[in-house]
Amino acid sequence: MSKGLIIVIVIALIFGFFGCSTYNGIVGKDANVGEKWAQVQTQYQRRADLVPNLVNTVKGAANFEKSTLTAVMEARSKATSVQLNADQLTPENVQRFQQAQDQLSGTLSRLLAVSENYPQLRATQNFSELQAQLEGTENRISVARNDFNAAVKDYNVSVRTFPANIFAGIFGFSPKGFFEASQAAQNAPTVQF
Amino acid sequence: MTLRFFLYRFALPVRLAAILLLIVASVRAYGQNDVIPDRPNPPRLVNDFVGILQPDERARLEEKLRRYNDSTSTQIVILIVKTTDPYPIGDFSFQVGRKWGVGQQGKDNGLVLTWVPSTRKVFIATGYGLEGAIPDAITKRIVSQIIIPNFKSEQWYAGLDQATDEIIRRANGEYQAEASDGDGGGGGIAFFLVIFIAFIIFIWISRNRGGGGRNNRNRGGGFFPVPFPTSTFSGWGGSSGNWGGGGGSSFGGFGGGNFGGGGAGGDY
Repeated sequence: MSKGLIIVIVIALIFGFFGCSTYNGIVGKDANVGEKWAQVQTQYQRRADLVPNLVNTVKGAANFEKSTLTAVMEARSKATSVQLNADQLTPENVQRFQQAQDQLSGTLSRLLAVSENYPQLRATQNFSELQAQLEGTENRISVARNDFNAAVKDYNVSVRTFPANIFAGIFGFSPKGFFEASQAAQNAPTVQF
Repeated sequence: MTLRFFLYRFALPVRLAAILLLIVASVRAYGQNDVIPDRPNPPRLVNDFVGILQPDERARLEEKLRRYNDSTSTQIVILIVKTTDPYPIGDFSFQVGRKWGVGQQGKDNGLVLTWVPSTRKVFIATGYGLEGAIPDAITKRIVSQIIIPNFKSEQWYAGLDQATDEIIRRANGEYQAEASDGDGGGGGIAFFLVIFIAFIIFIWISRNRGGGGRNNRNRGGGFFPVPFPTSTFSGWGGSSGNWGGGGGSSFGGFGGGNFGGGGAGGDY
């Protein structure tokens, strides 16, 4: 009788300790994901901030294609309208975020491709510096995205694997979404000048 | 009997756990890429995996970059590789910078200049801490105005030499080497190793001294009284001279700097 009680207590204690450490581990990973997400947002914001500058510079060039510029500005406002907090990183939300950003990537690379036809524009210092900044931003975005994906993978593995998934379910930790390499995203960082 | 029972009872969970471990391990292994070269041992700043530079050119570049590292703790790595596949050259450079820990931890003042002769590509990746002193537009300019013209006329050494001069000029004043822990995080192990060796020598010396007992040793071991940092610091230079073997000042190793995607490149 008392023996059984002791066994139950021991099991409960082990369960409790294990639950605590699992919980703490997941919380740490969750915080890490949030931190990496902040980096991703910062870098995307940085790109969004560059866009008006780029558009204004390009506008100065004689009769630059209007439709390309409006497409870029529209994609920019769409991309900046999708904002996600660290606790909203469900797979669907991340995918929505990525779609909006990829659209901007697409229109930007279109703009740069069209600028090939304007040698006098490409020759200006302003434009080439903006290009370098844009390239650098794309690089930073890809680094931030990779870091974010690694953090999410780490988090998802611990949330999904047995037995941590039991505690994750109890405490309400759900798997998070990550960035997938889409066609548009793959094109964007390899902007060649 | 009980063992057999145990085996039957837990065979399935154990097997499941093993499979799970395997999956996790393989995911981990997949994440770690073998394409990124390992940290050179002994640590070097000029890494020519192609063999395109003359030995004396390599030595001169190495000497210059080492001296710069000694005075400012800013680490500039020149990396010449056959290929960066499957990564773009920029990604490759950031990953090498992170894996090797180029630059000091916390300062992130590392820089990786990658050159792929076979595809005629060059990339300068700046650590977080150098992005201010050497913004992307400047790295772009260094590549397109210094490296590329030189490389076009096959002046490999001149291109690298002038480019590093320009980088040094730009980065000057940004960081100072700290006298106390100038060797950064990577030196920690070496530091303890030195203490350990000093300790062994200390014991050895006192043993040799007529095999004296405890009291005798305490009185006689004046040379290395206590392995405190101040006393071992002089030993550090001596023993690292033995390890280095490769001329003048020795390079203490990489410090654990981080890279966030700064920099620019081009092809010639």
